[in-house]
Amino acid sequence: MSLKEALAGDGIVLTGEVGPPKGIDCHELWEEAEDFRDTVAAVNVTDNQSAVVRISCLAVCIKLKEMGIEPILQMVCRDRNRLSLQSELLGAAIWGVDNVLALTGDHLALGDHPRAKSVHDLDSVSLLDTITKLMVGKDAGGNRLDGAWKRIKLPPPEGKKKPKIKYEGPVVEKCPTFFPGAVVTPCAEPLEPQIIKLEKKVEAGAKFIQTQAVYDPVQLEAFMKAASHIDVPILAGLVMLKNARMAEFMNANVAGVFVPDDVIQEMADAPKGDAKKVSADIAARLMREMKGMCKGFHLMPLGWSKPAVDAIKAADLA
Amino acid sequence: MIIQKQKEFETIQKTLEPYEKVFIAGCADCATACKTGGEEELAAMKKKLQALGKTVTGMAVFDVACLRGEVRKITAEHQVEIDEADAVLTLCCGSGVQTIGDYLDTKPVVPGVDALFAGETIRAGKYKQTCQACGECVLELTDGICPVTRCAKGLLNGPCGGYKDGKCEVDPDQDCAWVLIYERLKARGHLDKMRAISAPKDHSEHHHPRTYAWPRPEKVKKDA
Repeated sequence: MSLKEALAGDGIVLTGEVGPPKGIDCHELWEEAEDFRDTVAAVNVTDNQSAVVRISCLAVCIKLKEMGIEPILQMVCRDRNRLSLQSELLGAAIWGVDNVLALTGDHLALGDHPRAKSVHDLDSVSLLDTITKLMVGKDAGGNRLDGAWKRIKLPPPEGKKKPKIKYEGPVVEKCPTFFPGAVVTPCAEPLEPQIIKLEKKVEAGAKFIQTQAVYDPVQLEAFMKAASHIDVPILAGLVMLKNARMAEFMNANVAGVFVPDDVIQEMADAPKGDAKKVSADIAARLMREMKGMCKGFHLMPLGWSKPAVDAIKAADLA
Repeated sequence: MIIQKQKEFETIQKTLEPYEKVFIAGCADCATACKTGGEEELAAMKKKLQALGKTVTGMAVFDVACLRGEVRKITAEHQVEIDEADAVLTLCCGSGVQTIGDYLDTKPVVPGVDALFAGETIRAGKYKQTCQACGECVLELTDGICPVTRCAKGLLNGPCGGYKDGKCEVDPDQDCAWVLIYERLKARGHLDKMRAISAPKDHSEHHHPRTYAWPRPEKVKKDA
C-alpha cells in the first residue's frame, strides 16, 4: 500500500526514517530499512542530514523501492538550485519514488562543510509549488514538459504563412506523479509563524505533514489545536532517545525540541544495558498518550530502528 | 557604506614580497570611516613597510577611490611617486583597488583590505549587514526587515524550524529575521502580508558583473 493510500484510510499511520551513511558501506542502512518492513507505511530517507555529506537520498530511495519498501524522498533546498531540484524530482518520478518531503535544510554552518556555498534558491514553500507545477506538466519557469502537451497545428491566421500552434493538455500519463509532504516545528516559540508557514505549505501542495520531535502530549495538543484548520494528515515526530545526555543536548541545542525533565530522568535511571528498552518504552507510552490527537507518528530512530519497531509493537496502536 | 577590514599584516607582507618600492593608496570615504585606509592607517602602514626595509615612494588618500575622475586627478598629482614604485598597495575596498588598478593598467596594484559587506553603522567600529543589494527589494512585504540578508538562509516565505528564543540556529547572538518580521507585522496588523506566498527571487537581477546607468533624460523638443 502506498503512503497516500495509508493516509487516506482510517487507521493510525506510522513512518520511519533512515539516514544514508557517509561512504558506501550500507549494510547497517539496509538492515535498518528491513527492520521497518511491514511495521511502517513508509520510510523517510534523509538528504545530507545535519548538512553533512552522505549518499544521495534518491539513490537510496530507488534501492528501497527495489527492496519493496515504500520510501519518502527528503529534499532540502540548501544544496541545489531550482534546476537541480527539478531534475532530481523528474529522476525520482521515473523510478516511481513519488513521496517527496520538502524541507529548508539545516544550515551549512552546522555541518561538515562549513565553507561551502549554501543555495536556498527555492524555499520549502516554493519547492512544494514547483512539485505541484511539475505534476500538471510544467516546470517552475512555466515551460512545458516534453510529451505532456499535445502540439496541435491550426491553419495560419489570415495573411500569415506559418500555422498557428496550440498546446492541449496536460496529458496526465505523461506528467510526473508526486505525493508531496512538508514539516513543521510544533513546539516552536513563537508558534504562529510556524502555523502561517504551514498554511502556505498546504496551499502550495503539501498533502501530509511530519513534525519535528515532540515529547510532551500537552504541547502536541496545543499545536494540534492551533493547526486544527490544517486539512491534511499530521504525523507527530519522535526521535528515539539514546541517553539522558542526548536529551539534554537536544534541549540546549536543537531549536523547537523540548524533552521534559521526567523523561530525561527515566533515561538517566535506565539500568546499564537497558537504554534501548527504556527508550522504546518511552516512545510507546508517548504514542499511546498522543494517538488520539494526530493521524499517526513519524519515528526518527537515528540508527535505533529495532527499539523504534519495539516501541511501535508495544504501543499497540491498531 | 562598504564595511571592510585590513588584511593581516603577514598576508600583506607576503603579497608585497616581490616588490621593493611601494606606493600606498587609501580612500577618504568608507576606508577612512572603517579605519582601514585613511591618513592614520596609511602612515602606520608606511612605518611597518619601512621596518621591513621597503621604500615607500609616496602615499595618497583618494577622495573616493572608486570614482574614475578622482582617480585620474590624484594619480596625476602623484605620477612621479607612482612611476617610481614597483607596486601600489591599496587600503580600500575592491572597487577602489580595481578603479585604481584599471586606470594604472601596467602597474601591479595589490589589495591590503577585505571588503565585507554593504552595511549599517551601529557605532564607530561596529557594523551590521542589512542589505545585500539583491536588485529586487522585498522590504515592502516585510515592513522593512530584509529576509534575504538577515535570515541566514535567505528564506522568503517564513521561518525554518531553527529559531530558539527568537534567535537563529546558526548564531545564538543573531535574531531570527522571521521572528522579527512576524512580530512587527503582527503589531501593525499586517500579518496578511506574511500569509501571501512569495515566488522565488529573480536571480537574473544579480547576475554579475552588474552595471547600471541612469536613464538618459528625454530630450525636450523646442517648440517650432
